Amino acid sequence: MQIIFIIVSAVTLLSGIMVVTNRNLFHAALYMMLSFLGVAGLYVLLDAGFMAAAQLLVYIGAISILVIFAIMMTRRLMQTTETPYNSQWVWSGIASVSVFALIVLVITQVTAVLPTDPNAFMAPSAINDAVLYDALSNMVISLGESFVSAEQYVLPFILSSVLLLVALVGAIIVARPDVEENES
Amino acid sequence: MNLGELLNSLLNLQLFEYIRSVYGSTPTVELLLDVAGVVVVSTFALLIVILLIWLERKIIARMQDRIGPNRVGGRYGLLQTVADVLKLLTKEMITPSGADWLAYNLAPFLIVMTALMMWAVMPFAPGLIGVDLNVAVFYVLSISSVSVVSLLLAGWGSNNKYALLGAFRSVAQLVSYEVPMVISLIVPIILARTMSMEGIVQAQTLPFVLMVPLAAFVFFVSAVAETGRTPFDLLEAESEIVAGFHVEYGGMKFGMFFLAEFVSTLFMAGFFSTVFLGGYRLVFFELIFTGFVTPPLIGLVVFFIKMFLMYFVFVWLRATLPRVRIDQMLDLNWKFFVPVSLALVLAVAVLDQFVADAGLLVRTGVHLVSNVVIFFLSLEVLRRFAQRQRYITEEIAIAPKPGPVFDGTAGASATAHD
Amino acid sequence: MIEAVSQIPLSWFLIVAAALFSIGLYGVLARRNAVAMLMSVELMLNAVNINLIAFWRYIDPLQPTGVAWAIFVLTVAAAEAAVGLALIISIYRQRDSVIAEELDVLKY
Repeated sequence: MQIIFIIVSAVTLLSGIMVVTNRNLFHAALYMMLSFLGVAGLYVLLDAGFMAAAQLLVYIGAISILVIFAIMMTRRLMQTTETPYNSQWVWSGIASVSVFALIVLVITQVTAVLPTDPNAFMAPSAINDAVLYDALSNMVISLGESFVSAEQYVLPFILSSVLLLVALVGAIIVARPDVEENES
Repeated sequence: MNLGELLNSLLNLQLFEYIRSVYGSTPTVELLLDVAGVVVVSTFALLIVILLIWLERKIIARMQDRIGPNRVGGRYGLLQTVADVLKLLTKEMITPSGADWLAYNLAPFLIVMTALMMWAVMPFAPGLIGVDLNVAVFYVLSISSVSVVSLLLAGWGSNNKYALLGAFRSVAQLVSYEVPMVISLIVPIILARTMSMEGIVQAQTLPFVLMVPLAAFVFFVSAVAETGRTPFDLLEAESEIVAGFHVEYGGMKFGMFFLAEFVSTLFMAGFFSTVFLGGYRLVFFELIFTGFVTPPLIGLVVFFIKMFLMYFVFVWLRATLPRVRIDQMLDLNWKFFVPVSLALVLAVAVLDQFVADAGLLVRTGVHLVSNVVIFFLSLEVLRRFAQRQRYITEEIAIAPKPGPVFDGTAGASATAHD
Repeated sequence: MIEAVSQIPLSWFLIVAAALFSIGLYGVLARRNAVAMLMSVELMLNAVNINLIAFWRYIDPLQPTGVAWAIFVLTVAAAEAAVGLALIISIYRQRDSVIAEELDVLKY
């Protein structure tokens, strides 16, 4: 299991590095898909099959396709041989490495004082394996109920649907060519 | 090892359980069994294509009053496809100059891979299923949306503007028809209260096609469009525009696109028979003799009969219908299927709250009536719309208004200008 | 199913997510092309989602809270990608460039 985790996360991170360093934008988008696939693998390891399928459907099936379309539509600048980085790339590298170091420092400091038992943080009722297995296999049902129950997430759910509608209309209006200008 | 028990387990399609009981359920055995399952299912899906191509050519030939393949492999041309595959295999593997090597060579593999991955959740018979995911329907949809990526890869990687245009059109069609397909699949999910394939089969005491025929119809047409077959094969339209996104592919690389099309068509036929026709269950038989449970081996046969019947319908459509135009294709999707399936989901979700416990006949009747009502309402709306359209065109034809005439050519030049 | 989580400590997932986040941060700060910056933002959102799911699984797997919020992040990411790419295409039409540094009219 640990080997699977290491392979999956190595694929995710290496292809993530390829996304930010690759000169060819189209290849960067392909590596981005590979990275998303790796994240979906991590979700499977975390017993979140529904999230993994949603990741495939939304990120690889929709967002990556959109990105590739955008790259193709703006491709005149793709073949340039100049550097893909701006002038502040050294400072950005230092900044992101220090952010990473800071987070890792916090994580290691915290886990050093916490117990090593994997169930240490678990809600007490979830330590029973049978209960846990049952909850995980019925996760989709409880998720669906939480989206429509008034005590849980019905408001965020409706808000996100409104957000999607606004984004849909907004994207069409922003991206469409100016019709009136052409006719005059 | 006991021969009688082995045969018995084979008859009940419980071979894996038998092996587990003999050798114990150690991790090595489990791994070997998993690998064996993957190999069997994917080999089945790949090899059956040989039969499918032969079947399709024979059926279409009969429908067009021809004989079809009849030279290689006896009177019925049974080995024609094998000969074709050998021909494709002996061709040179070409990568066009200027092509994006990675994208060009990755695309055929990716499309075959996605076509095969969908078979993992197909219930062939009771207990004979790769994995019974609790999000199986969702899994199928997400995998089929990944296959869109390979079309873009093929179109872009070929370094050919016609291939790229073909890829754009293919993606437009596939992404559009994904919408009614997803929405119409929500209807059986609501009725079965689960997304697992086994659960959906178990829920169909009566096949869902009798309960919600309109959803089945919308799903079927979207599935035809999703696999890019006639009458929706305007992406490839071999008689008009050569090939579309795989224009630069030759030899076995082209063969893999062809293979993926057949594998996913057969999958769609099987998926339709699972979700709407009751899968491996002998539904009416089970209804007449209460307490009868379809035995595994008969279930396997029943499933294959249903799947090939659906496949025959696919082929039948191909031999019968003319190709649609791209604007007709998009209009049909966005102006008919999407609103109808949305209304259908709404009606089924609301009605099923009231009739879920009211007995099979009442439930079926209510859903059937609501389906028929929605169908005729939408037809009526369409008829009014077409009538008004016709009225407007006739009025313009009778009394042309003064001023510039916006006919097709003016519009075309305006769009070409910007 | 439960195997994986009992063998892998929570901190491993958190470190992978942190690394992915930092990679995305570097991409946003250092890339010149606006599309590439958007891709890096998507990586960062993915890192956040890994954290959400990992905390959900290790702390309270009986409630769907973590998955629900991860799905909301997914929704927002889809909306963000659609609007962002529409803006980039619109800018490209007007300015013939998707290099973020060259879009500096507001500076003058």
